[in-house]
Amino acid sequence: MQNRITRLFAQKSEQLLNVYFTAGFPSLNDTLPILQSLQRAGVDLVEIGMPYSDPVADGETIQQSNGRALSNGMSLKLLFEQLTDCRTGSSGLPPVTIPILLMGYINPVLQFGVEAFCQQCREVGIDGVILPDLPLDLYLTEYAPTFRKYGVLSIHLITPQTSEARIRLIDQASEGFIYMVSSASITGSVQGIDDPLQTAYFQRIQAMNLRQPRLIGFGINNHDTFQRACRYANGAIIGSAFIRHLEAEPVTASSIEEFVYMVRGQAILADAN
Amino acid sequence: METLAPSSFSVSSTGFYGGFGGAFIPEMLYPNVEELRRNYLAIIADPAFQDEFWQLLTDYVGRPTPLFLARRLSEYIGATIYLKREDLCHTGAHKVNNTIGQILVAQRLGKKRIVAETGAGQHGVATATVCALMNLECIVYMGAIDIERQKPNVDRMRMLGATVVPARSGSQTLKDATNEAMRHWINNPEDTHYIIGSVVGPHPYPDMVARFQSVISEEIRRQLFAKTGRETPDYMVACVGGGSNAAGAFYHYLDEPEVRLVAAEAAGHGVTTGHSAATTALGKPGVLHGSRTILMQTEDGQVIEPYSISAGLDYPGIGPLHAHLFNSGRGEFYPITDGEALAAGFQLSRLEGIIPALESAHALAALPKMNLQPNNVVVVCLSGRGDKDLSTYVKYLP
Ligand SMILES: Cc1ncc(COP(=O)(O)O)c(C=O)c1O
Repeated sequence: MQNRITRLFAQKSEQLLNVYFTAGFPSLNDTLPILQSLQRAGVDLVEIGMPYSDPVADGETIQQSNGRALSNGMSLKLLFEQLTDCRTGSSGLPPVTIPILLMGYINPVLQFGVEAFCQQCREVGIDGVILPDLPLDLYLTEYAPTFRKYGVLSIHLITPQTSEARIRLIDQASEGFIYMVSSASITGSVQGIDDPLQTAYFQRIQAMNLRQPRLIGFGINNHDTFQRACRYANGAIIGSAFIRHLEAEPVTASSIEEFVYMVRGQAILADAN
Repeated sequence: METLAPSSFSVSSTGFYGGFGGAFIPEMLYPNVEELRRNYLAIIADPAFQDEFWQLLTDYVGRPTPLFLARRLSEYIGATIYLKREDLCHTGAHKVNNTIGQILVAQRLGKKRIVAETGAGQHGVATATVCALMNLECIVYMGAIDIERQKPNVDRMRMLGATVVPARSGSQTLKDATNEAMRHWINNPEDTHYIIGSVVGPHPYPDMVARFQSVISEEIRRQLFAKTGRETPDYMVACVGGGSNAAGAFYHYLDEPEVRLVAAEAAGHGVTTGHSAATTALGKPGVLHGSRTILMQTEDGQVIEPYSISAGLDYPGIGPLHAHLFNSGRGEFYPITDGEALAAGFQLSRLEGIIPALESAHALAALPKMNLQPNNVVVVCLSGRGDKDLSTYVKYLP
């Protein structure tokens, strides 16, 4: 079967919305309801955060959600258990059909065992993985064959400081999409993406005619920033803003739908289903 | 600084010591770390750099530091014990050897601002000191708990013009200060250099810091030869937090197996009490702060918050060189409890009139455990002085 990420980008190349949330946050068993609600609200793909004690590329919002998930008892093993039936619908809920990525740090994956991790990914239906502290070079030399064996894509980041040669390398050597970090920063530390330097960076990458589709992340938090990002890429990724929403609002399908519609700029349809 | 011929204990071209090391960094840090990796060896080898480095080590730091025959301690232990007096360095610890080197590198890379992490505050003070000297802006992250227990060093950093930022995440100690410093670096990628304070972090930091600290063993060889007619002791002993003073003390002996390399790590209340920082005793291979090393972690790969009475040893990992020394059996690691370190600190004060840093007291506390023979010659790296620890020591004054 073709990877769901690859299939998605083959079918749709604009206005893609990818939403990040931390597994086991705000409550341990919220992972699946949030995933279901995001799909129902029309999100194109999701990134589920694997909580880690020392998330160096993340700002306070995601750090705190990681901390809370860990004290709720979240672990990689439990996450795979929670996701076991999400693709089949045997849990009584509608099957999840959108691509799912896991996002997190390398150490918990190493302890789980890279092969066991990839195998579990395939079993529960994870399509890709984002491990910011696994740089491309080490991924290629040590782990790529295992990821490929199980059909799990490794998504890599580029930033405004990434050299053109390295962007070309990442474009050639990875698969799925390129995660464009909007500015030199950790997650959640910037609001908005309308700095002229950022626009110049977005245009520069756009003009490179990369093989792979691109999603812009970091600093996307509402309809405005989402639309801006979509002008320069195939879509955008929202993380901290959604975590803040989950902190402030009850975890219900309608509240999550409201958030997604706010980002999309859609009117809320009365009971669309 | 001599460069050693490549050996099984020097870093590989990709930054590994055996299976440990590498650069596990987010893409946001790649340009900075890569810039450093490409340039550090050429910068260090440049004769103008060498001149300035040695001039500063001599006239500013006060090197060479003495190698002192501790007669009464020797008598008490029953072997010949020399102390390498890094406590007499300007600012009170070996940390300044590294900050002098790194500030000169930062200048040559055109950086305008310095960020650093600190545990005991010694590295923070040593960084603030060289930033004042070179007129660079200095930001130091320090765990909120360490700010409380190492107050004199916080005041020193402020007096030197540094901004001290409390790290309030996690255990609020050295690990978290390091996380915050790395985040700061991610947010300021172009004009900032991160002066890491130990032989930890992504390649090339462990190698670069070890080279700057290698002055310690370079001097020991010379000084020991002048005193005893031999360049090699039977044992070289040092404490290991991240492992920079130990790396410096071991450096020129790594390929001489007749010199036994002894590392003292902080066991806190005891290795198995759940309040410990004895990394090799409790850890497993994992990735922390950009390198694969030995790490205290749960079965799920979450980093365990360490504990030690000594803020400079309160770290859940060790540098990748030390992980390799441990794994290969080249290094011998002794866990030292808070109580043993305190007792060794009091003892050295009374026997030799030297108040050691609590970190260095861990190295001294290893001596009675080593089964030393009367004809053994032992060098202990006395990494720092105890002024910063007085408020802790007096609570336990016998
Ligand atoms: C006096 C002294 N010794 C040792 C250490 C531990 O560091 P390292 O293991 O890098 O030498 C510190 C750290 O703050 C220190 O201040």
